Amino acid sequence: MKEREDNFIELRKALRNFTDLELKEHFFLLSDKIVDPLLELGQKYTSKSIERSVLLRMGFSSIEAKSIVDLLHEHRLLRKGAGHCVYIISKDKELSIREAGIQIGEGHHIDYLLGVFKKNGKTKTKR
Amino acid sequence: MEKLKPNDKLNIHNILKDLDKYQPKKRGWVWREQGEIKLRGFKYKQASPSLKRFVPLPSSSSLDGIDPQPDCVVTTEIASGRFEDDIRRMRMAAYHGADHVMVIRTAGQSHFDGLLEGTPQGVGGIPVTRKQLRAQRRALDLIEEEVGRPINYHSYVSGVAGPEIAVLFTEEGVNGAHQDPQYNVLYRNINMIRSFVDAAESKKILAYANMAQIDGAHNANATARDAWKVMPELLVQHAINSVFSEKIGIKPENIALSTVPPAASPSPDLKLNLPYAVALREFFDRYKMRAQMNTKYMDSSTREATVTHVLNLLISRLTSADIQSTITPDEGRNVPWHIYNIEALDTAKQALVGMDDLLGMVELRRDGYLYSKKRDIQERAVLMMEEIIRMGGYFNAVEEGMFVDSGEYPERNGDGISREIDGGVGSGTVITRDPDYMAPVTAHYGYNNVAQYDESAVDNPAKLIDGSTFEKPEKIQFIDELDETDNVYLRLEETEKYRNTNLLKPEVEWLGDGVITVDLFFPTSQKIATEAAILTGEKMNLKDVEVIHKEVLHPSEGTRIQIKGKVDFDIDISKLKMPEEIKTLSEDEIFDYVKKHPMTVIAGTGGSDEHSVGIREVLDIKHGGVEKYGIRYEYLGTSVPIEKFVDAAIEMDAQCIMMSTIISHDDIHYKNMEKLHNYAIEKGVRDKLILLAGGTQVTPEIARKYKMDQGFGRGTKGIHIASFLVNQHKAMMKNES
Repeated sequence: MKEREDNFIELRKALRNFTDLELKEHFFLLSDKIVDPLLELGQKYTSKSIERSVLLRMGFSSIEAKSIVDLLHEHRLLRKGAGHCVYIISKDKELSIREAGIQIGEGHHIDYLLGVFKKNGKTKTKR
Repeated sequence: MEKLKPNDKLNIHNILKDLDKYQPKKRGWVWREQGEIKLRGFKYKQASPSLKRFVPLPSSSSLDGIDPQPDCVVTTEIASGRFEDDIRRMRMAAYHGADHVMVIRTAGQSHFDGLLEGTPQGVGGIPVTRKQLRAQRRALDLIEEEVGRPINYHSYVSGVAGPEIAVLFTEEGVNGAHQDPQYNVLYRNINMIRSFVDAAESKKILAYANMAQIDGAHNANATARDAWKVMPELLVQHAINSVFSEKIGIKPENIALSTVPPAASPSPDLKLNLPYAVALREFFDRYKMRAQMNTKYMDSSTREATVTHVLNLLISRLTSADIQSTITPDEGRNVPWHIYNIEALDTAKQALVGMDDLLGMVELRRDGYLYSKKRDIQERAVLMMEEIIRMGGYFNAVEEGMFVDSGEYPERNGDGISREIDGGVGSGTVITRDPDYMAPVTAHYGYNNVAQYDESAVDNPAKLIDGSTFEKPEKIQFIDELDETDNVYLRLEETEKYRNTNLLKPEVEWLGDGVITVDLFFPTSQKIATEAAILTGEKMNLKDVEVIHKEVLHPSEGTRIQIKGKVDFDIDISKLKMPEEIKTLSEDEIFDYVKKHPMTVIAGTGGSDEHSVGIREVLDIKHGGVEKYGIRYEYLGTSVPIEKFVDAAIEMDAQCIMMSTIISHDDIHYKNMEKLHNYAIEKGVRDKLILLAGGTQVTPEIARKYKMDQGFGRGTKGIHIASFLVNQHKAMMKNES
């Protein structure tokens, strides 16, 4: 930021009439305003790390999670959720969650997934 | 695994055995039980119950060994690079009152995209991995049982793999974590959007696991040129992380603000730090305070650091601390050593207990400087927030370089840390979730279209997969080692000869490291003294000699120098000549016995010997001698003829003779001992008298060989003699009856 002098004496005039408690309440209202848009980001986006963390929770090792996420990312499937992809394969191919994930990590089922989501996108039916 | 026994070392091999099957005992943070306690007639108000096993402060030897524990959780940070050696230090720390053990990560881990596995050696910290966490948590599960108080285990959820680390911590029973996206942005140059997106997921997981979260605001005062000028900004940083965390679901009582008194003496420490501490606690009273000690103004003097830290503890007691962190006094010169973790813990314990109920006696003045400065800091923080909003929000403000500027807000010096919204590590790596995005797991933050599969699983997405690892830990995949050339087994092999064998080596951090320090004074200038010190170390056959501290006493008259170096010999315990151990009774036992059975001791230096110092020290009350326990003594002086001892004993109806002696070339001392014994027989009082010989070169074996009841050598204290007297007197009474 550009250098500037301490003009606190001038600026504080606006706050002079606040009691200590009011000042505190004002401070936290301002905090809300700063923080709320940041929370929206978390609602809206995901990341490779988040997706790997989902796979860990589904019972994959860090190495397995990494290969699954890298592969799904290559095919722009993380926007659907890595765990989601594993879930679909497990369900549709009658595999355990672990088998499904490991097979995806080995490069299988990608076309099938792309097909499912394409169809999904068109019909928007409930699966 | 078997319970730990105080006299047995912790076996690292047992900790590592079947680790793949180990599950931590619990999740979540534990606060200390708090309340008034009474010990040895003292009342402590800001306290918690004593430990089952502990090492008390050194001076407690004069106070029946009491070890009052303060009310707040006390932290120690341990991470030497070898987690297996750190486990031993954790056990020592727990005995000294630590119930929050923090593990620092190795350099570079926060930029590693994913989890590390195995047990490679670290630099400036340890690689935090599943195996390392599980081994340390397993050890801490045993240690907490040994000391009788839960121990919180803690590390960092930051960098570009935050969410994965948060999952790992939940699965492995880690109880607390640092999590603050601002830390990523400002100090790790990780992209802002990515940092906040990942942080939201991480915090949701921490909330689920009931972990305590510590923020990273204190780094601003460690970074800014004049640390105390960033105080308004610190309030802003604390607010952003705390409010963000609370809105995601972390309970306010699990949100801890990491606060460090920004200034240190020779600046006017309290004048700068106290108003800030009050301002912070007033605004953030719904959250917890993690009071950390100052590191910014630390040099290589451990004494100076300790004083700074005691002043920090004074601030904790003048305001509040829920978690009192400790910084080792050697942090200004090296990665902390064992002894300094313990020193820091003892410093905290001693100071906190010593300042018990301070605010019950003194009050912070509301009129005048303190509260006016407090308000000033708060108003500056509010103005900063207002400007951030005017600028268009947090990201724009960071881009403009609003944060960590060395000017006290609203002053700006133009030297703040500036990060671009689409710059930094991991920029452009967030992905928009599609309307059918789904994640079938517990503790997932944000949009999650579970309803497309099962309406009833909306509140429990893991239902879709029959439970995640959080509900079913048996689903966790354990990886043992990935690197055959860098792992704990190789390191253990290298040092195995020092593990449960006869071999011993001095150590500062790692088993068998052989490092020692030498404290020196040279009557010369610092420049010459430095070189002289290194040469001294080399002449002492030390390897890798380094100067670790120097202090000028006078520009030409003298310099204090500390060096460290390595010794390359081992000590064979089986070849050590161990002095006989004299069992002592408790002070109360001795008092009680002597009260019921009054005792008199005849004492003096025997033969033609003019030494008297040693014997006075075990006699006088002033030195903690036998007199302290109510035992009367008659001191006959030096060069006392042997017959006089016995005659005086008969005359005074004494129970004991204490003869001091030095070893002389003509064996006269042995003769004197035998002479004393024989003369007592001649007078018919040998069986009524306890005969003791003492002196720096006397050993129990020698004394008994020459017909004394016992001998006392170097290091003898009054309590040793008094204990022996009581036991011996008891035995004699028994014989008589």
